[in-house]
Amino acid sequence: MSGAEKIAVTVTDIVPLNALVTRFEFKRADGGLLPTFSGGAHTVVEMEDGAITRLNPYSLMSDPMDQTAYTISVRRDDEGRGGSMFMHQSVKVGDEMTISYPVNLFSLDLRAKKHLFLAGGIGITPFLAQIKQLERFNGNWELHYACRSEALGSYVDELTSHHPNETHIYYDDQNQAIDLVNLLDGQPLGTHVYVCGPKGMIEWVRKTADGEGWPREAVHYEEFLAPQPGKPFEVKLAVSNKVIQVGEQESLLEAMEREGVDAPYLCRGGACGQCETRVIDYTGNFIHRDHWLEDDEHASGEKIMPCVSRFEGKTLVLDR
Amino acid sequence: MTIQFNDETFRDDYSFRNSDWAIKRFPFPFHEDSYMYSVNMEQHRGGPEGSIYENRFDVDEHYVSEMRDRAMVLADDPLRCQSMPHMTLAGWDLLELIMVSKSEDYPDLFELHRDGNNWRWVNKPLGIDDSFVFLDETTLPYGPMEYITRQAQGDFCVLDQRDDNLWMDAGMVTTQADWSLDFDIGMNFFEWHAPVPLAHEKGIFVRALKFLLNIQQGAPARRLNWTMTVNPLLDTSPENYHKWGIQKTTLSPENIGSKQHLRVELQTFFRLPRSNALVFPIRCYLCSFQDLMTVPKWGRRLHRVIRDLPEELATYKGFIDNRPMMLDYLSSFDDGQATSDGIWPDLESEPPLKA
Amino acid sequence: MTKFTFPESIRSRPVYGTLEARKGAAHLLIADAHGAEAILDVATPEMMAKAHIIYIPKGEAFEGKLRALKPAQFYAGPSYEAAESRIQKAFEDAKMGLQVYLTGTEGLMGQAQHAAMQAGIPHTAIQTEHRGSVARRMQCVHCKGITEDVETDPFVCAHCGLNLFVRDHYSRRLAAYQGVCIDAEDPGNVPEAKGIYE
Repeated sequence: MSGAEKIAVTVTDIVPLNALVTRFEFKRADGGLLPTFSGGAHTVVEMEDGAITRLNPYSLMSDPMDQTAYTISVRRDDEGRGGSMFMHQSVKVGDEMTISYPVNLFSLDLRAKKHLFLAGGIGITPFLAQIKQLERFNGNWELHYACRSEALGSYVDELTSHHPNETHIYYDDQNQAIDLVNLLDGQPLGTHVYVCGPKGMIEWVRKTADGEGWPREAVHYEEFLAPQPGKPFEVKLAVSNKVIQVGEQESLLEAMEREGVDAPYLCRGGACGQCETRVIDYTGNFIHRDHWLEDDEHASGEKIMPCVSRFEGKTLVLDR
Repeated sequence: MTIQFNDETFRDDYSFRNSDWAIKRFPFPFHEDSYMYSVNMEQHRGGPEGSIYENRFDVDEHYVSEMRDRAMVLADDPLRCQSMPHMTLAGWDLLELIMVSKSEDYPDLFELHRDGNNWRWVNKPLGIDDSFVFLDETTLPYGPMEYITRQAQGDFCVLDQRDDNLWMDAGMVTTQADWSLDFDIGMNFFEWHAPVPLAHEKGIFVRALKFLLNIQQGAPARRLNWTMTVNPLLDTSPENYHKWGIQKTTLSPENIGSKQHLRVELQTFFRLPRSNALVFPIRCYLCSFQDLMTVPKWGRRLHRVIRDLPEELATYKGFIDNRPMMLDYLSSFDDGQATSDGIWPDLESEPPLKA
Repeated sequence: MTKFTFPESIRSRPVYGTLEARKGAAHLLIADAHGAEAILDVATPEMMAKAHIIYIPKGEAFEGKLRALKPAQFYAGPSYEAAESRIQKAFEDAKMGLQVYLTGTEGLMGQAQHAAMQAGIPHTAIQTEHRGSVARRMQCVHCKGITEDVETDPFVCAHCGLNLFVRDHYSRRLAAYQGVCIDAEDPGNVPEAKGIYE
């Protein structure tokens, strides 16, 4: 069986926060308690979108100790393949859905003497849960949160009113930006920095911290990639002895699942490494989009992460 | 079924005994007639009724006496239980996991009553009835990990997960196969397994770590491991090796059947929810050779496994000097007949020993 | 001989490298005896402008040469124990971006690495280079006592007097290798002591 354990839930609340972001609340369909989790965990939400089943990961943002309900925030992606559009347009209060048990690929280092959070846009969500966790245990933290504008600043009011001393907000449209070099300079030994936001922001933080002499282990990041649409392609699956077509709007992993091929996964966002698949033969080019494989592994043509990566060319044979 | 708890010792006069029930459910670790390391993991979701796999935490007839032995070990050497400060939350996770599991799986023995964070825990076999506040260390007589593992059979390693590795940052270790928590605490997965021969070269630990890092909430896993112990001594620690090592030389052809024990570890792995740590309980089961020989299939198989085991493994497991004497004894229980696949005794279907 | 190639060993045994100058807000260099040579090799004027050197000479005459590097701060002391509170203070005052360089004997590097880790620096971010004596700091697994500068295998525990064999199993937390009773199964049968790498 693939993925984490599943939970049947009911959508109990839907709150549009601004033009792009909507919050969803889930409770257990059987009325029981949900599992507790650790700040930074995500859940994979299953969406029955017509003939297609979409499985998208979303960070849990509710209090990890609150077992009555989970909340997630979904940013509408008009360019994407439709997972977020489905959540925004088709999901209604009272709907029954299936979500996964919490999985944490972005957990706090509980040894840290201080936690320095850097959020960009919707990247704020895992920090909302981590902040609640740290507040419970008197943790030492500080948040620097960059948003496009006041109108799109999800949860800014809540954060600045509850944690005025720890929260620092930066609005792009007011030309405010995190002064990262200055911020990193002078942090006490044992500080860990966490970044969640767009790819460029993650790269910038990792590079800057490295340049300032921060250890690799003290820099944590999470970016879920949504699978991107692309040209259709054909794949031969050697173990299951099937030839399958990957459509324009689906990922290779989704195409395998559609054909009943059991392929392991956890995050479906190129981060966890679970779906790593060996390439047996190919003629063509890979479009690698994951964070899991190293550059030389991407170049080798020996492995692919079917959750986010695609292929263009004549033949592709996989060990599945 | 209500368990009849033995009054027995694991030291000095060694009055430890297995009942017929305990022998039949003993976790014989060899599923075929030979042994080599493997990442023999499977899901830990129950098993045959009455087997050691049935419940999340198995409780058997040795429970009360094992807990008494643990208390004695800790009184002599408190360093057998340690928890680094960042592991306290994982300790609460473990306390909750064990209390919830045991009260659900053995309602006649254990009760957990929860009203918000005000909890009451009743452990009838040990005569404990404590009320405390969950997540408040001041309301328990020990830290949460120590409190609950003084009431749970087997060793417990609590592993922090970070930097794509597992770190042994807390543990309760008093029934170990010759390794020291006090020495190994703080090590990563590859470091604490460093002394194990052959397995690194075979890539066993790289594959095992990858598996363990991806164990998720609600989906625990398990495997069996084994070694040999002379006398039913639970605490085969390096700390006391200068005291118990000599016992290995007391084996004779006359007493080997009762003195030599197969020592099997049921290792399970659970993701802990609030801390994202992994708990690794290592439950030790002991069975004397003469008790094992009452199961014809096990007699045949144990002889073949011990005979064909690579020398490095017999050395690492500490019985290379006694192997010839073991084989002399075991060979009389191997009539050369074929054995059935799997670890179960198959008493109904396997033929008796040929005279 | 101040450079020694250690034989390949198990995964818990530390592996030492060659110090390299890294970018950082400050540099803390801790050395004993011949470790001074590695500092002389790695030091640059830019590094020294932000450097604190803590040196335990152990009878070696490198102090003048190290002072001549003009580090921002310099200390020479008679023993690691004597320097320990000063090392603690250096880590307490330090900020993220500090680069740590440890060089000399395994015992010195191990103890300073432990202090750095306690302060929150991951061990992989701490540079080490072995120089000088190959003697080991050993913990007796039985009595927990530490015996310093062990050169032979087996050796006698300085605390409980048991005959111990020298394992390659190493604890960063204790900054010591493990010593285990060698004659537990045959009391009195203790092989003749040899050099650890003989």
